[in-house]
Amino acid sequence: MYAFDIERPSTIADAVTALQGEDAQALGGGQTLIPTLKQRLAAPSKLVSLSGIGEMQGVCVGDDGAVCIGGATTHATVSREAAAHYPGLAALASHIGDPAVRNRGTIGGSLANNDPAACYPAAALASGATIVTNNREIAADDYFQGMFATALDEGEVITEVRFPVPQAANYQKFLQPASRFALVGVFVAKYADGVRVAVTGASENGVFRWAEAEAAFSADFSASALDGLTVDADGMIADLHGSGAYRAHLVSVNTKRAVEAAS
Amino acid sequence: MPKDSGIGASPKRREDLRFLTGAGKYTDDINIHGQTYVHFLRADVAHATINSIDTSAAAAMPGVVHIFTGADFEAVGGIPCGWQVTDRFGEPMQEPKHPVIAHGTIRHVGEIVAAVVGETLEQARDAAEAIVLDLTEKPAVIDMKAAAADGSTKVHDDLTSNICYDWGFVEENRDAVDQAIKDAAHVTTLELVNNRLVANPMEPRVAVGEYSRSDDMHTLHTTSQNPHVIRLLMGAFVLGIPEHKLRVVAPDVGGGFGTKIFHYAEEAFCTFAAKAVNRPVKWTSTRSEAFMSDAHGRDHVTKIELAMDADNNFTALRTETYANMGAYLSTFASSVPTWLHGTLMAGNYKTPLIYVNVKAMFTNTVPVDAYRGAGRPEATFQLERVIDKAARERGVDPIALRRQNFVTEFPYATPVAVEYDTGDYEATMAKLEEIADIGGFAARRTESEKNGKLRGLGVNCYIEACGIAPSNLVGQLGARAGLYDAATVRVNATGSISVMVGAHSHGQGHETSFPQVISEMIGIPEDQIDIVHGDTSKIPFGMGTYGSRSLAVCGSAMVRAAEKVINKAKKIAAHLLEASDADIELKDGQFSVAGTDKSVAWGDVTLAAYVPHNYPLEDIEPGLEETAFYDPANFTYPAGAYACEVEVDPDTGKVTIERFSAADDFGNVINPMIVSGQVHGGIAQGVGQALLENCAYDEDGQLISASYMDYAMPRADDLPFYTVDHSCQTPCTHNPLGVKGCGEAGAIGSPPSVVNAVVDALQSGGKNVTHIDMPLTPSRVWDAMNNA
Ligand SMILES: Cc1cc2nc3c(=O)[nH]c(=O)nc-3n(C[C@H](O)[C@H](O)[C@H](O)COP(=O)(O)OP(=O)(O)OC[C@H]3O[C@@H](n4cnc5c(N)ncnc54)[C@H](O)[C@@H]3O)c2cc1C
Repeated sequence: MYAFDIERPSTIADAVTALQGEDAQALGGGQTLIPTLKQRLAAPSKLVSLSGIGEMQGVCVGDDGAVCIGGATTHATVSREAAAHYPGLAALASHIGDPAVRNRGTIGGSLANNDPAACYPAAALASGATIVTNNREIAADDYFQGMFATALDEGEVITEVRFPVPQAANYQKFLQPASRFALVGVFVAKYADGVRVAVTGASENGVFRWAEAEAAFSADFSASALDGLTVDADGMIADLHGSGAYRAHLVSVNTKRAVEAAS
Repeated sequence: MPKDSGIGASPKRREDLRFLTGAGKYTDDINIHGQTYVHFLRADVAHATINSIDTSAAAAMPGVVHIFTGADFEAVGGIPCGWQVTDRFGEPMQEPKHPVIAHGTIRHVGEIVAAVVGETLEQARDAAEAIVLDLTEKPAVIDMKAAAADGSTKVHDDLTSNICYDWGFVEENRDAVDQAIKDAAHVTTLELVNNRLVANPMEPRVAVGEYSRSDDMHTLHTTSQNPHVIRLLMGAFVLGIPEHKLRVVAPDVGGGFGTKIFHYAEEAFCTFAAKAVNRPVKWTSTRSEAFMSDAHGRDHVTKIELAMDADNNFTALRTETYANMGAYLSTFASSVPTWLHGTLMAGNYKTPLIYVNVKAMFTNTVPVDAYRGAGRPEATFQLERVIDKAARERGVDPIALRRQNFVTEFPYATPVAVEYDTGDYEATMAKLEEIADIGGFAARRTESEKNGKLRGLGVNCYIEACGIAPSNLVGQLGARAGLYDAATVRVNATGSISVMVGAHSHGQGHETSFPQVISEMIGIPEDQIDIVHGDTSKIPFGMGTYGSRSLAVCGSAMVRAAEKVINKAKKIAAHLLEASDADIELKDGQFSVAGTDKSVAWGDVTLAAYVPHNYPLEDIEPGLEETAFYDPANFTYPAGAYACEVEVDPDTGKVTIERFSAADDFGNVINPMIVSGQVHGGIAQGVGQALLENCAYDEDGQLISASYMDYAMPRADDLPFYTVDHSCQTPCTHNPLGVKGCGEAGAIGSPPSVVNAVVDALQSGGKNVTHIDMPLTPSRVWDAMNNA
């Protein structure tokens, strides 16, 4: 690591101020950022830890029924506290990494990082979530902009994420054998006005919605509705763990399984 | 009733108390006053000419003590290879210099290019970033077959080619084997890859070099499986330090699996630099460094042909292997694909004619050397896979085909130069059929099919040669060291015992099992006996722990030393009891005169040895301490039969292991619990190789599985509960304990059964898949299914 200063503000306002400084960077659970620093792949002059900000912690239900999760809420907390309100989301959180990762890593950090194999982006996109920051609200459809790219501006902090609760949902994660991130993950969410399907792990452009599957499921929410539908292997990630064709195939498999398991 | 102490009992491992409570003392726990830290600048390209290295800016940075480059090591020796292999044509292998720090040329990603010694590690790292390298990159030599072709870029310009050696074994059999294959009723051919692995012990390597000007003494604290071997190799070949001026200490070591046998550049560096800067120098490997500097394992590309007569009797076997050496020869690298591999090609079968050809290749990759099993897993894998394929081609039961060809009479001289002293392959196979419930497989398959899964059963046998080895034989084969071991049994005045052993325990539980042997011999409680290991200044000598040799070789030395102690103690007892030593018996810690009720306790005899007031001083010396060196008469030959049952998800290609059973013959067993643990760990690593682990380079020589994000280690939930059995015991005939060694069996015996099981599952699903290269990841299985 290179040397850096650290601040631990207790309000969002103080955090935003602290992040104004040159080369300042927000620190969530550090599960991505700390390894990056250890490898000397980043050199922030100052880290602003969000973990002491009470208003960014915890899970609650908004007036409109949406599940609202503070931006600094850990995966472990989501898996416990969202279970009664949005079981599909809680189940996703409970399968991120290992207990140590879940006890530190946060939803804000995960969404800000937007790793192409991360789990939360699929849930946020499939739920039509709203990413709330210190100065605006961003619809999930506008938020994800490709691998590791998001609509966030420099110094902008995710303070909350609001998930409209679907009638039924499920996340199917096929593990990359080494990292146990998603080799392909598919989140299916059924709302009164239609079904949303978001795919993570597969595309070179990061998380995406599978429009054909959404249309098919909106007409018939059953696995057989997917028969004959596939995603194009072009543009899928190809690496040591699987070809583009394999990932494209897993998109179909996981999507079917998610519909079958949706509750 | 199971015993509760001595040989055959299963006391819990005493060392676990400190390991599990954080009280272990590892090399990284050693911090010495005035210590400095070294950060190695490592190559990030695979192959390049070093035009210049400018360290001037770096040297001026805060906290920098000294910066070393290859030029500083020009005068010292290279890291030596411990085994000279002679090729098919009678020529010695090509043996390039392996510099401590790259000099002139970079030959693999991760090679040390410069070393910054600093007051703190971060300062050393900061300075390393200011070193300016001027490199001219060269094409990387990665693919072994391409490396062997004329006109290939050479890894070492001063060698004639990238072929380290082209080895034939037994060369005189070459024509006869060719003929037998031509004449055979049936020949089964299989081409396969034995995947490259990274050992990944939990504790990364660490070295702390120390130098004392007052007595010109060098000390190296290091994470080693064999401190005396390091002293020998580094002292004699690299740095020119005589043994009495060099102490090597390997305290608690957190796993080795072979990769901590070898003498590494970092050890020589820290020892050398400690004198040069006249301060202790410490290096602690990061996990990233471990991936690109610990010797890797396996990496063979093989074609094997098995010939049979019309009745399915094996008539001949021919195998051709390209074995990756990496960029330089690591300590035992040359012996692994030859003497530890070719000699095992007979397996458990009486194939009369065998020919093994191995081309060892230099490539621009990390050196490859022994990893749990070393050569024997590679031999077992190809043999047991080709037999399985043959059974399918011939439409016979794979177990029956094996049985039909088993060696049944012992001793058995194989056509590949070794003689199996004992064994009973039928017994372990029968035991396997019982514990694996092979008879119930069909029903389990039906059950799996109901759930949409393909179920497969894979079986294999294995044999290994352990307890390496008779020194005169290995000397003829090219070993540059003897392979005996040594132990000193030091009896203290009050009767407690310290045993100084040359074996090194880094997970094997010697501190528990070795005292069980002494306790059995003398009849005193195990807690009166301690094992001392891992320090050249404390133990007589030792070749260390690898190749499942600790108990078979060092344990035998300990028995011999204990016998000497007992003989002397009997003389003392005879004096005290006023009897003749021939009449003295030792049982349960009491010396008695045969046929009488006269006796004296162990503790009284040992006290007499140190307080010799009433003592036969004219005949024997005071004190009670004996040393023995033991050189085995032969290898030991553990063997067994393994079965694996898998389910394959036809939609995704994902393999899950549902059952795994191992029936091993380890000869006599000292501590059954520890033996089971060794088998468990070995199977985990074997399954890891079969399903998960893959060390991969791209064509530019970049390691693309350079962290746990891409290198898949087996985890608990990847593995089933195993059924292991070692009740089939044919004791080794030539060592005093009748033991054979159990450390590697699991890693040797498990990969073929996993692959055999997956092929069986796919075939049951109508897929014409005859082979898939390891690791059988979901994507590879799915690809195989969809291309079949
Ligand atoms: C071993 C391991 C396994 C893992 N497995 C999985 C997995 O299976 N699935 C999965 O999805 N993820 C996985 N992860 C990643 C994990 O979920 C991380 O927690 C997550 O990627 C980052 O969250 P964090 O809170 O740790 O963020 P940090 O590492 O602290 O920060 C990451 C980035 O986000 C920024 N940031 C942090 N919080 C905010 C915020 N509130 N607003 C704006 N920017 C912010 C930081 O500045 C930084 O750029 C794994 C990680 C590890 C180490």
